[in-house]
Amino acid sequence: MNDWLLALIEMALFVALAPLFSAWVKRVKCWLQNRRAPSLLQPYRDLRRLFAKQVVLSHNASPVFRATPYIIAGATLLAAAVVPFISVNLPTAAIADVIVLAGFFALARFFQALAGMDVGTAFGGMGSSREMTISALAEPAMLMAVFTLAMVAHSTNLSTVIDYLLAQGLVLRPSLLFALLSLLLVGIAETGRIPVDNPATHLELTMIHEAMILEYSGRHLALIEWAVQLKLLIYGVLIVNIFFPWGIATHNSLHALAVAAGVVFFKLMVLGVLLAVGETVLAKMRLFRVPAFLVLALTLALIGLLSHIILEVG
Amino acid sequence: MLEQLPLYEQAILTLAAMVMFTSFALLAQNRVVPMIHIFAWQGLLVAVTTALVAFDSGKHDLYLSAIMTIALKALFIPWLLHRLVKRLGIDREEHGAEHPATVLMIGAGLVIFCYYVAQPIEQLSASVTRNTIAISMAVVLLGMLMLISRGKAVAQVVGFMSLENGLFFAAVAATHGMPMVVELGVAFDVLVGAVIFGVFFFQIRDSIDSLDVDQLNRLSEQDE
Repeated sequence: MNDWLLALIEMALFVALAPLFSAWVKRVKCWLQNRRAPSLLQPYRDLRRLFAKQVVLSHNASPVFRATPYIIAGATLLAAAVVPFISVNLPTAAIADVIVLAGFFALARFFQALAGMDVGTAFGGMGSSREMTISALAEPAMLMAVFTLAMVAHSTNLSTVIDYLLAQGLVLRPSLLFALLSLLLVGIAETGRIPVDNPATHLELTMIHEAMILEYSGRHLALIEWAVQLKLLIYGVLIVNIFFPWGIATHNSLHALAVAAGVVFFKLMVLGVLLAVGETVLAKMRLFRVPAFLVLALTLALIGLLSHIILEVG
Repeated sequence: MLEQLPLYEQAILTLAAMVMFTSFALLAQNRVVPMIHIFAWQGLLVAVTTALVAFDSGKHDLYLSAIMTIALKALFIPWLLHRLVKRLGIDREEHGAEHPATVLMIGAGLVIFCYYVAQPIEQLSASVTRNTIAISMAVVLLGMLMLISRGKAVAQVVGFMSLENGLFFAAVAATHGMPMVVELGVAFDVLVGAVIFGVFFFQIRDSIDSLDVDQLNRLSEQDE
């Protein structure tokens, strides 16, 4: 019973901290670009404003269009429940493994693309088409990285994987190095950051994610934006907790949890700085360059898998 | 098993995997200058691996090989190629393969092939580096794939040099390096080869007005 309470608290933490992480990335980016950064609470204020606003729906919007924000938010929330945040002993993580996690993201994306085409504007359809193109290429790379991880730890369950990696201590594994690089690239593509997509603009030639949600307003838009921030945080937590698991709580005492929260906070701050530096240094790619970017991610994951078989097993 | 090895032996394996990654990066890269940079990194990685193998096996002449590799493959030849590319004025040209994604997938297939071929050899050996034999063979074959898939002369030369990196790496991995005389000879050959290629670039360009060696297949200058 206690474990379930902890799982719920962790999920709530995920949801509560997601806008903060986005704000942190934005703040570092502003510092790097010599601009004055908005307050760290700005995303929360934006969400409150959007929740207070009236929803404007087009006349020909179908029920799919209205249900989509809730489906996206729900699927992302469930995905957040699966990922160990500050403690590995999660009853929710025992239920669903990392392939289910990919499934949750796919479900959210599917409805997002449907909603983009639902109202029938030119931008929505274009955005959906681009999103599906990119995700069709990103998903194999992600699954390949996940399989590498699963082969190393002999499990696809995230808790078991992290437990295994913690137990063996510091081991240099080429397979995990390449899986990490691959997952970083996939994460960038899937969360729509530079160089794949630019979350800060509505420039019609380049936008992907923004094009699909142009028609949304009010609380619908708030839910989608929140889910996007949550997704970014989920990828961040996945990367820091799987590849740098040190500090995560292995038993559920108050002291261990407090330490783990502090450590994961610090790791995410560092990751946020890296992301911001990456986004400042790189320019956005042309859309037709994105397949090459994702083929690189797939190749990295494939090399990870092969180097596990060739170098680590024998 | 990997967990039981000391940290520097794990580092040897990780570096070996990174050498293979640079081979894939060479296959995927279509700009000349980054290609030369990746080649230099590959040389550096091979040299560091060699130094670690020297430390691991206690064979001190391997340190000399490592230093030679750094001087030649990581510094001199990249510098030479860089200067040639500048003088030929092709540092902004695209030298890519026609179907980069297909070439990468063929590359992955080659790695699997090498794994199967090297497996019986690996069972005969007990050294830490036995698993890297497959990797070094893969680097050789990936270098060959680069030679086949590129039309431009500079990219082919980089592919050839990276193939040589793979041979050197195979020698280090399988038998802790060749005899010093052989190694010196090969190094000298590569050096001379690089210089001669440099002269050749100008010759090719003077005679067919391009560095695209596919044009040498045609007998007449008219397009059919």
